[in-house]
Amino acid sequence: MSLSDGKTQLRTEEMILNVGPQHPSTHGVFRLVVKLDGETVVEAEPVIGYLHRGTEKIAEDLQYTQIIPYTDRLDYLAAMLNNYALCHTVEEAMEMEIPEHAEYLRVIIMEMQRIASHMLFIGAYLLDLGAMSPFLYVFISRERIVELFNEISGARLTYNFMRIGGLRFDAPNGWLQKVRDLVPQLRADLKLCQDLITGNEIFLNRVRGLGVYTTEQALAYGMSGINLRSTGFKWDLRKTKPYSIYDKFDFEIPVGQNGDCFDRYYLHMQEMEQSVRIIEQALDDIPDGPFIGKVPKFVRVPAGEYYTGIEGAKGELGFYIVSDGKDKPYRMKIRKPSFVNLQMLPELLKGQNMANVIAILGAIDIVLGEVDA
Amino acid sequence: MWNWATHPVSWLSFLGMLIGTVVILLLTLVVVMYSIYWQRKFIGWIQLRIGPNRVGPFGLLQTAADVFKLLIKEDIIPNKVDRVLFMIAPIIAFVPSFMALSVIPFSRTHVFTANIAVGALFYLALSAITIHGVMIGGWASNNKYALIGSMRSAAQMLSFEIPLGMSIVGVVLMAGSINLNDIIAGQQHSVWYIIPQVLGCIVFLIASTGELNRTPFDLPEAESELVAGYHTEYSGFRFAFFMLTEYVYLFAMAGLFATLFLGGWSGPWLPGWLWFAIKALIYITFQFWVQATMPRMRVDKVMPFAWKVLLPLALFNLVITAVLKAVL
Repeated sequence: MSLSDGKTQLRTEEMILNVGPQHPSTHGVFRLVVKLDGETVVEAEPVIGYLHRGTEKIAEDLQYTQIIPYTDRLDYLAAMLNNYALCHTVEEAMEMEIPEHAEYLRVIIMEMQRIASHMLFIGAYLLDLGAMSPFLYVFISRERIVELFNEISGARLTYNFMRIGGLRFDAPNGWLQKVRDLVPQLRADLKLCQDLITGNEIFLNRVRGLGVYTTEQALAYGMSGINLRSTGFKWDLRKTKPYSIYDKFDFEIPVGQNGDCFDRYYLHMQEMEQSVRIIEQALDDIPDGPFIGKVPKFVRVPAGEYYTGIEGAKGELGFYIVSDGKDKPYRMKIRKPSFVNLQMLPELLKGQNMANVIAILGAIDIVLGEVDA
Repeated sequence: MWNWATHPVSWLSFLGMLIGTVVILLLTLVVVMYSIYWQRKFIGWIQLRIGPNRVGPFGLLQTAADVFKLLIKEDIIPNKVDRVLFMIAPIIAFVPSFMALSVIPFSRTHVFTANIAVGALFYLALSAITIHGVMIGGWASNNKYALIGSMRSAAQMLSFEIPLGMSIVGVVLMAGSINLNDIIAGQQHSVWYIIPQVLGCIVFLIASTGELNRTPFDLPEAESELVAGYHTEYSGFRFAFFMLTEYVYLFAMAGLFATLFLGGWSGPWLPGWLWFAIKALIYITFQFWVQATMPRMRVDKVMPFAWKVLLPLALFNLVITAVLKAVL
């Protein structure tokens, strides 16, 4: 018998709960206004914009090279990929030739960055689910990568390392060897993570069958990256629309089956293994040569509209540039995967328990720097 | 064996009780402080960290410093809380946890604790009172997170209390007494009840974890969802009281576990209190180990787990025990 049955009607009210912007599990300054009936979510409304810095508008006043440091701050966990996405778009627009050596180095760095970003996802997600130890374990592996980035670029988080036409510096002596030594280490770290987390019954119980959506839904919301692939749809720009030199490598695109949170978690794991494979191959084939191509003193993108997307850590990261032929973009638009992937959240949360809200939000893997830009 | 209950209450015996209480309280405070230290150190090692090592040698005074800091903090009572309830809630939560300690036999001589006939029952009854403090605290805080946290806490403690009680009944059946000292005596004559009562022991371990609101059942304090659960609005020494409650219960539960399943203070060679300490430490360390290893359970699967898995298991154990008892 429900409470409203019978003659006496018990009046119950829905409770509005503000999750964030200062909440431990919103991955930054994200606010979620949830309407709760007991502990069940009736309605959820994401409120974003707390970290909005107007990157796109600022870019209009900057030369193309000057925009690069701003891209660092989009998805600050994968700054190298952001750097590359911008440089790649400009290079494509200018039909620039990139030296082989630089391209290989870029791929190595980008895949390392992807691993670092995914590692942090694993840690942060498990932290959301209440397990503290994995967070500290993945930080060790992430630290190995960050240390190498520090050595090559001089920074640990916001690298500002990619340049239009190549890279800022060449790899220092012995750096490639260090990466080579890192590969088996990363494999071991990944295995450790698999052993520690993937088989945990409580974890599986928590994330299996949670936050399920179909391929059609995902496509309708314009999702990309792991969020799309978890539904079983094979869409990875590195394969479907190869850029850089990704067509030279032998790697697979893991896809999920159920489109639930577990698939999203597990795909991160599998993707890291593929990234290690790519790094390994790139290290074997890397030729000698210059680390930056011939770049004019002022980078001027010919008038027109250009869009190029790359497979970022979170999904399709694209830069859309409208140029009037000057050394600054007339208008720049960033396709931010986190922002797009986030749009389905209200639909996913409806009818869920409050505890699952965090689990679902965490699996979507947003970075607020990117969502708000 | 000194027994409070058999002596008439006089001013002298009252003084004795008072001294006993203070001694136990101080002992408890030290135990709590060092179990927090041990928790941080132990989990630190598991997580490949060093753990506290700044204050005092090996960081031994870290918790003392933390407690001191909490005590000298301003006592903040937010504007729109129910003042009276907000202020007494930590006390309501703490007192029964401390009283529950009074029946745990620490050693053979049993100096400062009561040897009452219904020890196990007394413990269970008292531990059920704490939930009122938690609920009142959550309600009076006028905070939504605290409210949800305290509701969860109440639901969870109720659900886990029953399998916990049922798993204790198995032991009681074995010993033929509900007095904790008789239970220890029973184990001295035969074997530790962890062997015949292995199923009951497992149920007890899981249910007590739920009862203590510890990982993987730490939903009431799920910091990634509910900020800090029922004590979100508390700070300073009122917060310290809630923390104290939690760890006193951990200690009390460890004592109960040692008494029921590991033979309490009994053991060869070493003095009784040391055996008790070792056995309690095993339970406490087990809890910390689980805490460092496990994620949190899903809230909608915890309560069914308690009712549909633990309770039948405990009842099954009870039936087996009864049958064996009758047959053997």
